Amino acid sequence: MAYPANYRYTKEHEWVDVKGDVAAIGITDYAQHELGDVVFVELPKVGAKIEAGKTFGTVESVKAVSDIYAPASGEVVEANGDLQNTPEKINSDPHGAGWLIKIRLANPAEIKALMDVAAYEAYIVSQSKEASA
Amino acid sequence: MTDKIKKATHHPNQNEGLIFEKSSPGKRAFELPPLDVPPADPSKALGAAHRHEGIEGFPEVSEIEVIRHFTRLSTWNYAIDLGMYPLGSCTMKYNPRVNEFVARLDGIATEHPYQPQELSQGCFKILRLLEQCLLEITGMDSVTLQPAAGAQGELTGLLLIRAYHEKNGNPRKKVLIPDSAHGTNPATAVIAGYEVENIKSESHGQINVVKLRDLVTPDVAALMITNPSTLGIFEQRIPEIAEILHADGALLYMDGANMNALTGITRPGDLGVDVMHLNLHKTFSTPHGGGGPGAGPVAMKKILEPFRPVPILVEKENGRLALEQVRPDSIGRVKAFNGNFGVLVRALAYILAYGPGVREATEDAVLNANYIRKHLEGAFDLPYSLPSMHEVVFSDALQKKNGVNTMDIAKRLIDYGFHPYTTAFPLIVPGALMIEPTESESREECDLFIDAMRSIANEAATTPELVKTAPHTTRVRRLDEVGAARKPILRWKPQGSRTRAVD
Amino acid sequence: MRYLPKSPAERQDMLAAIGAKSIDELFSSIPERFRLREALHLPGPLSEIEVIDFFKARAAENSGGYTSFLGAGVYNHHRSVVTDAIIQRGEFLTSYTPYQAEIAQGTLQAIFEFQTLMCQLTGQEVANASMYDGSTATTEAVLMAERLTGRRRILVARSLHPEYRDVLKTYAKNSGLLVEEIGYGPAGTLDQKALQAALKDDVAAVVVQSPNFFGVIESLTPLADAAHSSGALLVTAITEGVSLGLVRPPAESDIVAMEAQSFGLAPSYGGPLAGVIASRDKFVRQMPGRLTGQTTDSEGRRGFVLTLATREQHIRREKATSNICTNQALCALAATVHLTLLGKEGLREMAHQNLSKAQFALGELEKVPGVRRAFDAPFFNEFTLQLPRSVKLVNAYLLREKIIGPFVLGTAYPELTKHALVCVTETTPRAEIERFAAALRKALEQPV
Repeated sequence: MAYPANYRYTKEHEWVDVKGDVAAIGITDYAQHELGDVVFVELPKVGAKIEAGKTFGTVESVKAVSDIYAPASGEVVEANGDLQNTPEKINSDPHGAGWLIKIRLANPAEIKALMDVAAYEAYIVSQSKEASA
Repeated sequence: MTDKIKKATHHPNQNEGLIFEKSSPGKRAFELPPLDVPPADPSKALGAAHRHEGIEGFPEVSEIEVIRHFTRLSTWNYAIDLGMYPLGSCTMKYNPRVNEFVARLDGIATEHPYQPQELSQGCFKILRLLEQCLLEITGMDSVTLQPAAGAQGELTGLLLIRAYHEKNGNPRKKVLIPDSAHGTNPATAVIAGYEVENIKSESHGQINVVKLRDLVTPDVAALMITNPSTLGIFEQRIPEIAEILHADGALLYMDGANMNALTGITRPGDLGVDVMHLNLHKTFSTPHGGGGPGAGPVAMKKILEPFRPVPILVEKENGRLALEQVRPDSIGRVKAFNGNFGVLVRALAYILAYGPGVREATEDAVLNANYIRKHLEGAFDLPYSLPSMHEVVFSDALQKKNGVNTMDIAKRLIDYGFHPYTTAFPLIVPGALMIEPTESESREECDLFIDAMRSIANEAATTPELVKTAPHTTRVRRLDEVGAARKPILRWKPQGSRTRAVD
Repeated sequence: MRYLPKSPAERQDMLAAIGAKSIDELFSSIPERFRLREALHLPGPLSEIEVIDFFKARAAENSGGYTSFLGAGVYNHHRSVVTDAIIQRGEFLTSYTPYQAEIAQGTLQAIFEFQTLMCQLTGQEVANASMYDGSTATTEAVLMAERLTGRRRILVARSLHPEYRDVLKTYAKNSGLLVEEIGYGPAGTLDQKALQAALKDDVAAVVVQSPNFFGVIESLTPLADAAHSSGALLVTAITEGVSLGLVRPPAESDIVAMEAQSFGLAPSYGGPLAGVIASRDKFVRQMPGRLTGQTTDSEGRRGFVLTLATREQHIRREKATSNICTNQALCALAATVHLTLLGKEGLREMAHQNLSKAQFALGELEKVPGVRRAFDAPFFNEFTLQLPRSVKLVNAYLLREKIIGPFVLGTAYPELTKHALVCVTETTPRAEIERFAAALRKALEQPV
């Protein structure tokens, strides 16, 4: 699956899509593949404040739970309610319909520190090498 | 069925629905003697709390249907009574039938926890003798039989440690836990109010003593260690580890899940362990029963004795035994009543049957594990080569090349007539195959197991699809766990009923 | 040794195959100085006959030949031999936790049926595969309420079983929970005024028992309303499950913690018993303990698996909902078989016999001069009597008459030294109730 060129990425395999001062956040195709079939998602409520680098929710497969780390700080303006009934969207469309939350950025400069698509693609190649070593 | 599968064969597997689906109004399977007092009027006696109709959906079947229903269900289970159950770290050994018999005796099973102590001396003597046996086996000074299971034993042990530190002025903050530990260890530490600091195992699977020295600070309350470790390897430097902890006032907790590798050979108390729990359903052979009940006694050194949970069994001046319910420094009560008494009875019956010969059980368990290891080396990858005690941990590294993982091999083992080993634990071995035969397996059963495993290794290389789609002979094939978790169906509902059973 | 399946020659062969000279060599990783030089000092070995003799001798030192009027959390009920025959089948008795679903469908389906029965009994939507016992289930229910509300104050009825309260306090001490007790009123039920006064927006749960420790039935609806109006959850503990054959289920509670001992489990000096947690569907993710769910296999057949396991310790480790690993599967199976045998009518009939005998017993005992019923709220099969003198003295006299007297409430409630908790079940013959009343009369006639 192609990684959108206009997104930014984290080492914990989250993506961020910034539109104005609002950023949509999700997990990458690499992350959903590692995790396997997603069965449950726990997300913060609208209005919650999240802080860059801290966990704001969890994604569960049958036998694993992954914390999701905030790529940037801000206030939650929307959570993807569809995922409560169809968490499989994270597997089928991780970069689109499988988005998790939207936040109003507290400090848009934080986004600049994240990887662009080329850097992220290089990063996951290095990750897979390490795993098979 | 091919001739390479020697142990298993087909047997008639009958279909059986849920008991609720067999129900028909008016059928009965149980009758009481006639009421010998005037019948009460429930609506008068209970008023508004009276439930007018019976319970919606409750089964109505006859006695033979009950027997057949549960007997049919039972035939869908694998069991120790059918064959080797090599679940690593679970210690699935033979559960002697006499233990079941004595636990059901009138005067044992019938006793009420609040009956007068003078009418409970038989119960007390059983508890006292079991305490003495466990102290002798562990080399510790004091024991509580209260905890209901291993995990509750762990919690009790940590609460003892906490109470001890508190008495010395500071409960401390952290508990150190190796990354190879059972999941209950960190979960328990949190419930006892401690932060968990994970410590990485060394490349050969043991604790890095040099690193440990740096990690042990006055903030550390204890180290929780499993010995032999979950890799089945004896932690050789345990006395040194104990010294490092003690030098800073911290204590050493031993998870006794693997005590069946040490019984009669060495004693944790002599190794510097301060407190440990025992899983009576593992080492002392009380039946697992499909997931419980267990019992998790905690043995400890003298320094922790004042903090034991109540009730505490004491000897009176007249030689009679009694339970004390109040102790000033006690951590309190961890469970209502007097421990899992019925489980304690079975454990004592097991110990009495062996006597000092319990050492032979340990020897045979270690012999079986090493015999299997010897014959499977080469066929499966052995990530840690230190000597094995009662269990051996392989990895699926060789089979992975053909896309076959530990779970696939485990499922294929079912077709060969065995219960799978433990898969994917300990977490520090990717794709682990954790095999614990116990002392209850004959040489013949071990050989059949070895043949089966070697044959599966061969299949993984030649016909990997056969292994990946196993099991092929069970009543149901691989089940959709994803679907079960996404849309949980956790109870039966009558067709066309509303969501709630009662509104 | 009869449990070990190897001949000396087989052991030697196996050692040779390993390449070891002796058994001792297999233990070489244990430093020599820590190896035991002599055999353990343990009694035995005993043959099967001797094991039986030993335990029969101990059994004879217990309460045989006495009639008991004890309940207080552990009850004597009829148990069918069918239940015991089923749970002694090796396929149930000697199997492990059903992690390998394909060869554990028997245990899994039975647990699914248990979960269903528990929902039906309690009027709740989801029940787990069982906990250690009622006391730990109550504590786990409180911890669940804490997770659901994010609050820390717990209001517990003093009429909750004293040992359940003790266990809750042991667990609460280190998890930052503040446990406060709410007293009882003249009817023996929870003091609602005191509850209202204590309820603030920092309360996670109100914990009551019904029938409560004094035997009386609580009105749960106003308690649920009060709890909910301040955002707290109502946790209801049940020690006597047979009551649910007649008493309205605690459907308005948010979490029910029940002891299932009354459903076919022997008293066994207090364990093993079986706890249950039942609750609402929406709270299932915060529920502790194992859960079995229905699913299908790769060929579309119905089957069952352990599910929502990510709540548990073996995956979530320090973030798990509970540290509990085992449930009481075999005890839960016994309860499942027992309740299936009783069925809809049988459970109602058993409950009705308990109620009728308790009513009769109260009537007989109240005829004894100086004896009166202490609390006037409705009760099921236990009731509290106030005697004209100390219950301990009375019980000492009853013991001479081969009667194990009622529970001495003064041991747990210092203000109730003359109060006795009497239990009768369908197993108590009328003649024994009458004998008890006569003996009580004589006991009270004794000079002090």
